Amino acid sequence: MAEPIKIDKEALSFRDEVLNTPGGEHLLRCFACGTCTASCPVREVDENYNPRRIIRMTLLGMRDEVLRSDFIWHCSTCYTCSERCPQGVHLTSIMRALKNIAVREGIIPEAYRMQAKSIRAMGKIYEIEDFDNKKRARLGLPELEKKCPDLEAIIAQGELKDLK
Amino acid sequence: MKPYALFLGCTIPVRAQNYEISTRKVASALGLELIHIPNFTCCGYPISSLNEMTAEAMAARNLALAEKEGADICAICTACTGVLTEVGKKLAEDEKARAEINKRLKPAGLEYKGTVKVKHFARILHEEVGLKKIANAVTRQLKGLRIAPHYGCHYLKPHEIYEGFDSPEDPRTIDDIIAATGAESVSYMNKTRCCGGALLAVDENLALKITKEKLDQLKALNVDAIGLVCPFCSVMYESNQKKIETTFETSYNLPVLYLPQILGLAMGMDAKDLGFNMNRVKANAALQKAGINV
Repeated sequence: MAEPIKIDKEALSFRDEVLNTPGGEHLLRCFACGTCTASCPVREVDENYNPRRIIRMTLLGMRDEVLRSDFIWHCSTCYTCSERCPQGVHLTSIMRALKNIAVREGIIPEAYRMQAKSIRAMGKIYEIEDFDNKKRARLGLPELEKKCPDLEAIIAQGELKDLK
Repeated sequence: MKPYALFLGCTIPVRAQNYEISTRKVASALGLELIHIPNFTCCGYPISSLNEMTAEAMAARNLALAEKEGADICAICTACTGVLTEVGKKLAEDEKARAEINKRLKPAGLEYKGTVKVKHFARILHEEVGLKKIANAVTRQLKGLRIAPHYGCHYLKPHEIYEGFDSPEDPRTIDDIIAATGAESVSYMNKTRCCGGALLAVDENLALKITKEKLDQLKALNVDAIGLVCPFCSVMYESNQKKIETTFETSYNLPVLYLPQILGLAMGMDAKDLGFNMNRVKANAALQKAGINV
């Protein structure tokens, strides 16, 4: 049998942490109706993914279980749940807040780490190589810059400065 | 009137040149000026999962570059449209947030005043060019073609940032534009369903299962093509179509067309000039139904 969940001070501090992260402000409005889960395209193909459960786990202070789960990274950001929530809970933003907190704890899926590195080094996820600019010229499309040092400077002074 | 700067984002310049070419051709033919800003970067969307403030600074940098050129932004990727619209709205309305972001833009020597309007090209077509002008520009009715519109989530949602230009649950702007070409815009149950694109890099199998759902539905409806307005939705439905066919032992052979490609054809442009040769699933058989030989 599963252990009972203790809601102590530490548990409540996770709730506050989410409430204080941009996007997490509406967490307490949830009355657990499940409209989010019923509307979710990810849930439709994977029953392990359940937005209502993620919100409950967060409210119950299950910090490690939430932050170390794969599922916070499985939100497709389609906003269907946010649009349909009768309580105006912005679930897509809450999922984003949870991901942002996980990143502060050093938890980043490899795919995101690589995307962030590319963006910092080149300004975009995919590199613009000489080949691409030549092909673009052939198609009559204007040339694009291959690097973007001023964006690197912006990222280098922000929260993701160590990600390179 | 302020010109629009065409915002390409990450995917279009290297993976969807057919979308860019057809957008530029159609815009120009309809009298819409698109200026080029070579140092636009990623909109910030992938970074928002990691750190919201860094993503906002990235979006603000792009907005500031357009502002410097005296331009608004015409985006053709729906995720770029979403991020730039949301951050643009926040920075236009919230002076404190703007001051905070401007501190972050300092190392780039930029400042954002909050004056840039962001719109998706399809919204501009519907809202500014107008259906009447589009219908008047149509010289070749695409009669007989049955096209299923795919809207893409961020084209419509979150609705709070989009000023009610279309309905998030029952959208019609892309249907309207398809119908203006003489083609039939086919309605179907999960019209607003997500393509799964955001999950492709994180969990490919999960992402493809989402993509497959819509392909299955459209196969049953026997449509001639999907018409869409986002390069990443196209990556899912077109570039990954073969992979889905192999993985799940099925077959579709369903052409995936960008809205400006459809519109350009109806405006009498050559398929070659609209980048149809870069479409992976060939649309030749479908186009022949409308009397167009490629």
